[in-house]
Amino acid sequence: MATLSPNLAVRPPRTRDTGGDPPSYGGGGNGNQRGGNESSDYGGRLRRARLGLVVGLTAVVMLFMGFTSALLVRRGLPTFDQQTNTYSRDWIPIRLPWTLIVINTAVLLASSVTIELARRDISRQMALAPVRSIPGVSLGDESRFPWLGSTVVLGLGFLVGQFLVFRVLQQQHAFLNRNPSNSFAYLLLGTHALHLAGGVIALIYAAATTWLNRPVEARRIVIDVTAWYWHFMAFLWMYIFVILLIAR
Amino acid sequence: MADGTGGGETIMATSEIAHAHAAPQGFIRKYVFSLDHKIIGIQYFFLALTAVWVGMILSLLMRIHLIWPDANLPLIGHIQPETYLSLLTMHGTIMVFFVLTTAPQGGFGNYFLPIQIGAPDMAFPVLNMLSFWTTFVAFVVMIAAFFVTGGAPLHGWTGYPPLSAIQSTGPGEGLGADLWITSIAIFCAASLMGALNFITTTLDLRAKGMSLMRMPLTVWSWFITAILGLLAFGVLLSAGILLLMDRNLGTSFYIPLVVVNGQVMGHRGGSPLLWQHLFWFFGHPEVYIAILPGMGVASQLLSTFSRKPIFGYRAMVYAMLAIGFLGFMVWGHHMFMSGMSPWSAFAFSILTMCIGVPSAIKTFNWLGTLWRGNVRLYTPMLFAIGFVSLFVSGGLSGPFLAQPTLDIPLHDTYFVVGHFHLIMGVAAIFGIFAATYYWVPKMFGRMMNETLGKLHFWFTFIGTYAIFMPMHYLGMAGHPRRYSQLTEVAYLHPLIPLQRFISIAAFITIGAQVIFVLNLFWSIFRGPKASDNPWEATTLEWSTSTPPPHDNFGGHTPVVHNGPYEYGVPGADRDFVMQADPAISPHPAH
Repeated sequence: MATLSPNLAVRPPRTRDTGGDPPSYGGGGNGNQRGGNESSDYGGRLRRARLGLVVGLTAVVMLFMGFTSALLVRRGLPTFDQQTNTYSRDWIPIRLPWTLIVINTAVLLASSVTIELARRDISRQMALAPVRSIPGVSLGDESRFPWLGSTVVLGLGFLVGQFLVFRVLQQQHAFLNRNPSNSFAYLLLGTHALHLAGGVIALIYAAATTWLNRPVEARRIVIDVTAWYWHFMAFLWMYIFVILLIAR
Repeated sequence: MADGTGGGETIMATSEIAHAHAAPQGFIRKYVFSLDHKIIGIQYFFLALTAVWVGMILSLLMRIHLIWPDANLPLIGHIQPETYLSLLTMHGTIMVFFVLTTAPQGGFGNYFLPIQIGAPDMAFPVLNMLSFWTTFVAFVVMIAAFFVTGGAPLHGWTGYPPLSAIQSTGPGEGLGADLWITSIAIFCAASLMGALNFITTTLDLRAKGMSLMRMPLTVWSWFITAILGLLAFGVLLSAGILLLMDRNLGTSFYIPLVVVNGQVMGHRGGSPLLWQHLFWFFGHPEVYIAILPGMGVASQLLSTFSRKPIFGYRAMVYAMLAIGFLGFMVWGHHMFMSGMSPWSAFAFSILTMCIGVPSAIKTFNWLGTLWRGNVRLYTPMLFAIGFVSLFVSGGLSGPFLAQPTLDIPLHDTYFVVGHFHLIMGVAAIFGIFAATYYWVPKMFGRMMNETLGKLHFWFTFIGTYAIFMPMHYLGMAGHPRRYSQLTEVAYLHPLIPLQRFISIAAFITIGAQVIFVLNLFWSIFRGPKASDNPWEATTLEWSTSTPPPHDNFGGHTPVVHNGPYEYGVPGADRDFVMQADPAISPHPAH
């Protein structure tokens, strides 16, 4: 029986086609359309999903730009002190549990690595799918490391870690409404955690598609888009980390 | 296909087309939770139609109260000053969000953008459905504010803190205000989903040959509007979250040290101006979100019914892009009264004046399109011309208000009410009416009644001028806006007859809208059947059957060979060449 190593360097499927028969859709143009010439228009769907993600992330960027500008303005505002009849700044930098936050950051970055490996893994599976379907051809040992599951675990670990940060802050009586610095720390951490939780749900959905035997193309699109979303969440977290470090 | 449709090349679409979904069976999947952009567009349209009646009834109550302050109205009784503020708040909010944002973009954009670019649906049909139902939930939450303890909020559609940020500042500022902000936040999420779909669809699902510079100006306007929405609603959402936190979690983002009803509140250090900056960073682009689709529709109709190519197509595109771009840099002109630095005010003032340039380009190009055209004065064309008229009339007072020295005395007067109602409210509504009369035949397969349409136009056109032009005079005479009671202020007494005139004009204009609704519903069910291309227009929606099939082009995908406004082409056998017709010139797409 012929065997084929799954470790062959297989290029991921092209997601942007420039030739072939006239495809149905793909951005107009002078008759030279982009768009998938694959029979299932898989490339087109992936491209659309990625484009949709970029557009959607723009909205997330604007949300956090709103928060950031509010933070910078609020941080510099003077407030009236009744006792002294003078203006002073009421911004007292929050004392964050940095050790825990650094650990959480490491967990999130690790999850970004695992989801990238999951993305490449599913891409490889897709590329090899036609080979696998040839009768008598085996791809050798197909047992793979559960990168997707690892990402879910690490993602949930990060969320638990962030919850612990909130717990520590509560124990230190650094409540949400005690100081504007506290308010912004809770706001940024909480909003980012909510967005990441959305990513975890998407990953669980991707895992469910595996169990439901959905086509590998559908799974790849979900995992690919979620992976880029996840990387963006890691980047966003680093941004929040820096903001909390220098402007808390 | 019936008369006037193109017989150009088409591509067989396979069942594997990107996101094509099978025609749904069953009432729920077909008409309620539909994935079809056309049904979703119609849902948005009727949601906006419901909302506009709610908004109009609120304005009717306000106008009644202003001239008959002691009137005892059925169900409502005597309108208290705080009730008047609630009516004002909800009128503005419902009109801006659920009418001016919902109808032109969510309604007509959803229905016609995919067809006009030759796509079978939106890029993400499920997201599209979610977007509509999220908007619907937002509307329900907003309306619920009327029925909770304390009633609807008082803080105006702009929601300025500290009034909006403290629960004890008024009867509507408790649960009603929470529902108001929650509704706005839900609406933001819905709009972001919609914007995502519009942008992706426009960029990625255009049919072969539909280059960017062959897109109808309606598509350009929806596309640019979606970009504005994408950038603006995220910021409003962030502002709304902070406001909710101030109200319910004890934070002080917007609230300084304040005393309410003799009680020192626990907040300190916040700034109401922070809200104003964030709000108007959204609020000014929102003006263009409301008006840009109207510009697109006016361009489309003026060209179609003048039987001439649009004058300066590229200039029109660049002008819309410029308006959208500049729209993000002028939010401060809403805040000249806030005590901002004169240098900032100067910068915002100059940038605001700059918007006059692309606006003038558009206006002159519309007039250039009409000039020596073979004008066909059907009802949609009347409304398109009405749009231009209102855009000019409302727009001309813009440069006045853009100057801080003039804005400061005029800002809190009826001058501003007249200005923004003409430019943002009525002009945009005329765009919606024009679109309705133009596209209902395609959407429902029936023509609307022309006589009733023209009657509706003249009543509405004259009526809206009669309502809003005198408001400029009221403003210059120093009449403050938002006041519920005029009779107790001596210097306003001479202005009461004018207020009475405005109210009567409003009653007649609102009454005339009954003509529209009767015409709409009668036509949908009983109107004469429409052909596939009753207006002899050129864009792709007129190349398909009426109403369009589930996949828009009946298993075919059009190939585009021509620009969107090829009228009066020399040598052609008729006075229009459709986009899907064989190419009329050797010139490739731009």
